[in-house]
Amino acid sequence: MQDKLQASYKQLEMKSKYTNMFLRWFLYFALILFALYFIFPLYVMVVTSLKTMEEIRQGTLLTWPSGFNFNSWAVAWGGRGYGAGDTFLRPYFWNSFKMVVPAVFFSTFIGAMTGYVLTKWRFKGDQWVFLFLLFGCFIPFQAILLPMARTLGVLGISNSIIGLVLVHTVYGIPFTTLFFRNYYISVPTELVKAARIDGAGFFKIFFKILLPISAPIIVVTVIWQFTQIWNDFLFGSTFSFGKAAPIQVALNNMVLSSTSVKEYNVDMASAIIAGIPTLIVYVLAGKYFIRGLTSGAVKG
Amino acid sequence: MKTLRIEELSKNFGSTEVLRKINLEIDEGNFLVLLGPSGCGKSTLLNIIAGLETINEGNVHIDDYNVSKVEPKDRNIAMVFQSYALYPSMNVRENMIFGLKQAKVSKEKIEEQLEKVSRFLQVDALLERKPSQLSGGQRQRVAIGRALVREPRIFLFDEPLSNLDAKLRVEMRREIKKLHQQLKTTVVYVTHDQTEAMSLGTNIAIMNHGVIQQNDTPENIYNKPSNTFVADFIGSPSMNLIKGNLKESSNKISFIANGSNVEIPINGYNFNEKSNLNNKEVFFGIRPEHIFFKKSNESDFEITLKADLSEYIGHEQIMTFDYENQEVLAKFPSTIKIELAKNTNLFFDLTQISLFDAKTEERI
Repeated sequence: MQDKLQASYKQLEMKSKYTNMFLRWFLYFALILFALYFIFPLYVMVVTSLKTMEEIRQGTLLTWPSGFNFNSWAVAWGGRGYGAGDTFLRPYFWNSFKMVVPAVFFSTFIGAMTGYVLTKWRFKGDQWVFLFLLFGCFIPFQAILLPMARTLGVLGISNSIIGLVLVHTVYGIPFTTLFFRNYYISVPTELVKAARIDGAGFFKIFFKILLPISAPIIVVTVIWQFTQIWNDFLFGSTFSFGKAAPIQVALNNMVLSSTSVKEYNVDMASAIIAGIPTLIVYVLAGKYFIRGLTSGAVKG
Repeated sequence: MKTLRIEELSKNFGSTEVLRKINLEIDEGNFLVLLGPSGCGKSTLLNIIAGLETINEGNVHIDDYNVSKVEPKDRNIAMVFQSYALYPSMNVRENMIFGLKQAKVSKEKIEEQLEKVSRFLQVDALLERKPSQLSGGQRQRVAIGRALVREPRIFLFDEPLSNLDAKLRVEMRREIKKLHQQLKTTVVYVTHDQTEAMSLGTNIAIMNHGVIQQNDTPENIYNKPSNTFVADFIGSPSMNLIKGNLKESSNKISFIANGSNVEIPINGYNFNEKSNLNNKEVFFGIRPEHIFFKKSNESDFEITLKADLSEYIGHEQIMTFDYENQEVLAKFPSTIKIELAKNTNLFFDLTQISLFDAKTEERI
């Protein structure tokens, strides 16, 4: 009897072991499959950008290039050297930087300030302000193109980097405010009370007490805003053209306006160049991104 | 001159009345505890004293100056919070001197204060640490230190021990008591813990629904609760309130519980007002610790009740008796054996009773 029971337990134990093993292998298999699925387009892009047009025509998408030929990258970045009609990314790349850096800075800063006020300096009707700000997250951007164009015109900054900075700052504020508000709501309000008794004012409390503990959420916001603004095409193509365009618009022009032959290698190189900054931001700050999104109350 | 005087203070949050006509005075060096259940307005009152909340009506005076509209930093107060509220990005030193730096105190004076206080509180070895590297007790000590360096007229404590575990809480309680004995500063201390209130306060103000129920010494709060709320709130288990009527005949006054025919003579009771007592509906209040299993005083009243329940809690046991369908709790040493469901002779110590009007619930 005892032995029989023991044996059946043994059997159950083996069974659960095999089930677990199977599930584990299945999990790995599925994950690898997904990973391949996501990495495949990147592989094609990189490989194609390193091929000559000759190779592209003869081989398949997946064929490994015969040699690392960076010529198409040079063309994408610096052009072919003839005057009119030679579109290349370098000036627009810097346009994008001149747009992204101030827009990210201002929208993050203003979002932090608004989040601080909405959580630590509550006033009558503040929940309405927050509600309307949230509303801004859900408005489709196409809906505000015309009024915004008019506003930029009145301000005299249409078709300029400054105009784009303003647009991106304004439409970033709902998101950045949401981030900071949700972060600051978990910071004990007693900190602010203590600082007030210690004699610190509105700005001092913000800069000396709250900002120094906001690193995780600043990282999240910066990544979010950087990606949004860098990758934006709608605002860029609507509110700018020619020399003032950001890189995504230039990329589009370059790829669509090639005259005779489609140069896939140059197109791919351009697309990668346009995507590199966001990639770098993710690689550098990705782990803080996850940490910031999941971080709760400040232990203090 | 009173160190703190509050007159006719009222406070609303929208349509909710949080504090109603509060009057309160504290003499120099006293330790006032604001005690009450959560939501009674005690923390709001403390925040108002600190200047962190505005006032709807009434005034707050510190040292006879009306500070009702004065900024927190200019009120000469310091506050210790439940969550310690240490600035997370600053180390202990920066935390402690933040207020002095804001007040533009000279560097030498700051250093002097910091050294004095940190040595006094034994945090001088921790000065370079961040709050996150400190234990709960150490954080609490630093928070007190941050208050001390400012040499305030009044210390405000907002449930400072609630976040600590039971053992540490008792330790820190004694430290705060010692601190007060040594420094003799005026303290206002908010808590919902009656043991803390009893052991720390020179005065206790018991609050409920935004009204001060009784403001008195711990002894009077315990022995002469001014109404049934206070009687019920203080003590563990709380005071037995037995419903019944008074009977007055030929200068003899006695109490008869509802449904009972036993007359308990209460001639020795010190009535606030000795009129219209006959047939008055009252609560007869007696604490579980004033019911004995054997006669110890000549004045003790013997009564026979049936035991329903026994709760053993180590050094003592709490017995529940049935008194004509009213529960009466008594606290005995755990060595006493009392059989359940059997009649037991008990002795009420009649020198320790309280009587309350059943309608107004006020002490009579």
